[in-house]
Amino acid sequence: MIAEAGLAALWLAAALAALQLALALGLGGGEGREIRTVRAVALAQGLVTTIAFAALIAVFLRSDMSVLLVAENSHSQKPWLYKFAGTWGNHEGSMLLWVTVLALAGAVVAMFERRLDERTLSVSLGAQAALALGFFAFLLIASNPFERLDPVPIDGRGLNPLLQDPGLAFHPPTLYLGYVGLSVAFSIAVGGLIRREVGPAIARAMRPWVLAAWIMLTLGITAGSYWAYYELGWGGWWFWDPVENASLMPWLAATALLHSINVLAARGGLRAWTMMLALVAFSMSMVGTFLVRSGILTSVHSFAVDPTRGAFILALLALYIGGALTLFAFRVAHVKEGAPFEIVSREGGLVANNLLLSVILGIVFVGTLYPLVAEALTGEKLSVGPPYFNSVASPLALILAALMMIAPQLRWRRDSAPLLSRIAPGLLVAIAVLLAGFILFPAITWLPRLGLAVGAGLVPASFQPLFGRSLRRTPLAVWGMVLAHLGVAVAILGMASDSAFTSERLAAARPGDRIEVGPWLVEFRSVMPAVGPNWTALEAELRASRGSGVTILKPQSRYFAEPPTTTNEAAIETSWNGQLYAVVGEQDGQGRWQLRLWWKPFVTLIWLGGFLIALGGAIALLGRTLRERRQRRHVEEAFA
Amino acid sequence: MIVRPKHQRLILLSLALFALMGAVLLAMWGLRDRAAYFVTPSDIAAGTTPPDKAMRLGGMVEKGSLRRDADGLTIRFTVSDGRAITPVVYRGIAPDLFREGSGVIAEGRLNPVGLFVADTILAKHDERYMPPQMPDRAAAK
Repeated sequence: MIAEAGLAALWLAAALAALQLALALGLGGGEGREIRTVRAVALAQGLVTTIAFAALIAVFLRSDMSVLLVAENSHSQKPWLYKFAGTWGNHEGSMLLWVTVLALAGAVVAMFERRLDERTLSVSLGAQAALALGFFAFLLIASNPFERLDPVPIDGRGLNPLLQDPGLAFHPPTLYLGYVGLSVAFSIAVGGLIRREVGPAIARAMRPWVLAAWIMLTLGITAGSYWAYYELGWGGWWFWDPVENASLMPWLAATALLHSINVLAARGGLRAWTMMLALVAFSMSMVGTFLVRSGILTSVHSFAVDPTRGAFILALLALYIGGALTLFAFRVAHVKEGAPFEIVSREGGLVANNLLLSVILGIVFVGTLYPLVAEALTGEKLSVGPPYFNSVASPLALILAALMMIAPQLRWRRDSAPLLSRIAPGLLVAIAVLLAGFILFPAITWLPRLGLAVGAGLVPASFQPLFGRSLRRTPLAVWGMVLAHLGVAVAILGMASDSAFTSERLAAARPGDRIEVGPWLVEFRSVMPAVGPNWTALEAELRASRGSGVTILKPQSRYFAEPPTTTNEAAIETSWNGQLYAVVGEQDGQGRWQLRLWWKPFVTLIWLGGFLIALGGAIALLGRTLRERRQRRHVEEAFA
Repeated sequence: MIVRPKHQRLILLSLALFALMGAVLLAMWGLRDRAAYFVTPSDIAAGTTPPDKAMRLGGMVEKGSLRRDADGLTIRFTVSDGRAITPVVYRGIAPDLFREGSGVIAEGRLNPVGLFVADTILAKHDERYMPPQMPDRAAAK
């Protein structure tokens, strides 16, 4: 029953999306009342989609094996958290989550957006409905999550053990909130272009939505990186897997948008470019969805799907991205000129930021799609891996970070005052670290060496916008920028430290053997069996000592019966200056166990940096919202 | 000097185009020598694969081929694509889901005597996974 109710709700939501689109196109008639109707329909669409998603969660929690999706991806013996999170640990469920976020984003905009004029809001909600309609069609026609199975199997096939981790409960929803939240920027840009209202007002309306989506995307990527790091047991935190790139591309576009939107909101410049970025950012989300969901990639994220679905998503992509770019091409000539500025100015710095981010985006885009295109054209199977991305994208990212030391110190419009004194703090620290690095660590390669210098220089530089200000009166948005830029510095330091100073040991050890890794002496004590709710494991006990500090690590080799698989559970000891990471492998014929140990100095800074970036965004969002509310109250009081 | 608005749009536009072209050129330059070729044992048997070049070898781990060296860390196995086989050697902990009869991707280099020396082994996480070539071949049979 629940499954049928869910399916009915999905159909109803699709119908509401169609109605919302029709109303926005002006087919409803009735001047003046329509915006209220559109708002109500958008709200209903969001609620009904949520009901459909709740129904899917319910069938998963009840382990209703008569539903095909549950039977294929769940098992009655799983802990409830994985039954719940397993709802989106498969193709259909994750697409339903995607559409739910899309519909909810539309509903939230309908309820709370008061900055846009009614007509533009109405068109924007129409665009949002058009997006939702396509993906509802995709779910209903090509990936129905509520399909029944007859005869009913005794039990399900279980969830991929790599996904059986608390991370599954948080990572996909956070990422999707960011990914799909960018649809709001897309819809508002479409509204602005259709209504020929591209100006600072549009930028101010768009900014909080972009900021919110970008915060979630940042958190989702950071969390996903840490999840991959501890779950996959390879000691790496970013693999340039196409699926990771699929989340990085919208983030790069959204980061560029976040910066250009400020130029438009504050100075009225970069109008066409900002609209373009708003369209591109969500297009990248859709491209990412296509990459992950079409089944043309195989990775932990692509759940071996039917390739015909790829054609469906590709058609949707062509329709939406093609349509948006066509609209842009027709309207770009009507977009008014922005306020002029000099090259050395805050605007100039932000333009440079945008160009660099776009170039990095282009490089990641080409690297990710090249193998697909090459195979389609020549039949040659290629794969593009870390060597390409690291050597091409990383230097540009460092240039971008170096620019971050300078641009926030510049004034709007024109800046003819001497620059050197303003960039001196960061520059001096960077040069000092570079020189110290040559003397203390002559062996490290140039990329981490430069990373350490730029990261260190960016720490004082990111605080500089606070100098000479009254800290109490500094707007929260400025604090947010400071914190986010500091986060970038911290993350770069973590990445550089990890790649420069990590030490790794691989050994075949018998109980009693001692292995040195970095500052640690690790004694291999024993291997004992361990039991969990739906797995059994062999658990190694390692006694790691450093100076007087002693800690016990227990890496496991876990065996899951449903589906039958073995996974490595790494054991990680976090201290203030890094992580000791241990993985146990198999036993060989002579009673030795494979052990792999890493000492990763300051690796935690990578995720701390990601978190700071998101926190900075959150503070800026809070500041903007409070200020707007205050202004609105002033206006209301003035009219009262 | 303040740039005149009309010129400003032109400058920004050409900057954007320049950046776009720069991205594509950089990407092509990067891809030229860093795109790892994806090869199968058949490609290696045909002798078209240059030695000592980074590449990915994909196929199935042949049943009964997995051997462990005396050091307890090095494993040797053969990868098959149904038509030809390639011997592979790898030092390290084989990943989760790596076992005989399952799909595997080995990253590494082919040495001059035809042994594939892997730096990284990727076992495919999904048990329904097959290397992209296998269904093509299965369909062709």
